[in-house]
Amino acid sequence: MTRSANPMYFDTIIAGFGGQGVMLMGNMLAYAAMEAGKQVTYMPVYGVEMRGGTANCTVVISDRPVGSPIVHEPMCAVVLNRPSAERFGPRVRKNGLLLVNASLIAKDQVSTRAKRVYHVPSLELATEAGNPRLGNMVMLGALAQLSGLLTVEQVVKSLPKALDTRYHKLIPANSAALRLGARFVSPGS
Amino acid sequence: MAKRVLVKGNEAVAMGAIAAGCRYYFGYPITPQNEIPEYMSAHLPEVGGVFLQAESEIASINMLLGAAATGARVMTSSSSPGISLKQEGISYLCGSEIPGVIVNMSRSGPGLGGIHPSQGDYFQATRGGGHGDYRTLVLAPSTAQENYDLTMLAFDLADKYRNPVMILGDALLGGIKEPVKLTPYKKQPPAKDWALTGCEGRGQRILKSLYLSEGELTKQNWKLWKKYQAMAKEVRYELYRAEDAKLILVAFGSVGRILKTTVDILRDKGRQVGLLRPVTLYPFPAKAVREAAVRCGRLMVLELNTGQMVEDVRLAADCQAPVDFYGRPPGSIPTPDELAMEVDKVWRKTAGKGGAK
Repeated sequence: MTRSANPMYFDTIIAGFGGQGVMLMGNMLAYAAMEAGKQVTYMPVYGVEMRGGTANCTVVISDRPVGSPIVHEPMCAVVLNRPSAERFGPRVRKNGLLLVNASLIAKDQVSTRAKRVYHVPSLELATEAGNPRLGNMVMLGALAQLSGLLTVEQVVKSLPKALDTRYHKLIPANSAALRLGARFVSPGS
Repeated sequence: MAKRVLVKGNEAVAMGAIAAGCRYYFGYPITPQNEIPEYMSAHLPEVGGVFLQAESEIASINMLLGAAATGARVMTSSSSPGISLKQEGISYLCGSEIPGVIVNMSRSGPGLGGIHPSQGDYFQATRGGGHGDYRTLVLAPSTAQENYDLTMLAFDLADKYRNPVMILGDALLGGIKEPVKLTPYKKQPPAKDWALTGCEGRGQRILKSLYLSEGELTKQNWKLWKKYQAMAKEVRYELYRAEDAKLILVAFGSVGRILKTTVDILRDKGRQVGLLRPVTLYPFPAKAVREAAVRCGRLMVLELNTGQMVEDVRLAADCQAPVDFYGRPPGSIPTPDELAMEVDKVWRKTAGKGGAK
């Protein structure tokens, strides 16, 4: 099915520094999509570093089997650091969506043709949720809300499956961060 | 309905193997396939199996040979440089007619190359790879689901033909995560009246690849040849939007699936293109390629190498249609839009001139 004619097709690139939780975001999005009965492909791209390097992943969600797992001009990009904003911001489609981590990236550092750009203060909202390291969950909550594909509650439900059991005590804070991110980009909030 | 789980392509291979009754795994680590031994090390002991990290790739393929000689279902996996090291053992497996499954989640070469996806091992996989006049069956998955399904099939084919079967994936197919339906394995593996199980109460069985008596090796090679001929019926391929196509693309594995999106992009622009994706690389779907050539009049091969499968396509097309080629060495994965541009160049050169004869 063609991308334009497909009633349910969505792709996104999520990018940031290694350690910011980019891969977990992609995993959780893919997991929630699968649980919602969709076809989905998650493709990670990273260097040899555990932390400090750059990392990105692509998630393609569709009602039909996914052809290419790689996307050059995504419908949506989520950028968590400045190098990612510079690399992926300009690639987002004109009618697409760009989610910017406003805690690390100033508005004037973002160049894009995307019509819908959201600057999300992930660090501040994560701190409000109880843990400043949950900025990725704030961004994921915003992404789920804006994607129109999944509800933030579907992503919350995927937490126990996507997180290793040793992190399960952090589920309440992660859930709070997801919901704060979703609320931040909700109309009228 | 079978359960769907979100797993990496590499894990799907390992899950398919255990489901199909593989109880022995021997390997040596190499990127980008390490999730296979990782999964096997965690889960084979749970089903009474054995995971063993050997001291080298050469040791692991020979351990596979030894264990498989007793009739067990056995697998090894590696990536390109490691697969090169296994070639001697694969030749011995073929010569001794011992089944086994060998997974190549290929990376880029030559030499140590890099960890990028590549399709540069096509020749090695489909031409035997080691010394002697032999073939291995080669299956080329393009999704995590196919990694699971084709690994199951690989064990059946290996036993059916008493021959090693290779799964040829790449770094992309090993690394992506997709939902996989864990269809249970329902077949009964065949009885192995050739396996070395201890000869008390029965005649001696011998598995060997050394034939020194007058005429013996000739006879053995003809026997193997007959077997390779019989494998032709195992051909598998997929056609995508190819019925009315005036240009049929031919590609396998990761490029094959990326091209589905390319076909969609070009169809949006009114280009009548379709796709033929070989799933078995040996046996090669030569008849299907020839039919496509006759029906549509123009073929184009796309590969993540500088030209390997294109030779098989040209042989199969048998001059019934011109065969264009786009290839690129490893370093980056082509996007569907980039491939669409390349296909469009061929389309514009030939549009209206092709079409069914």
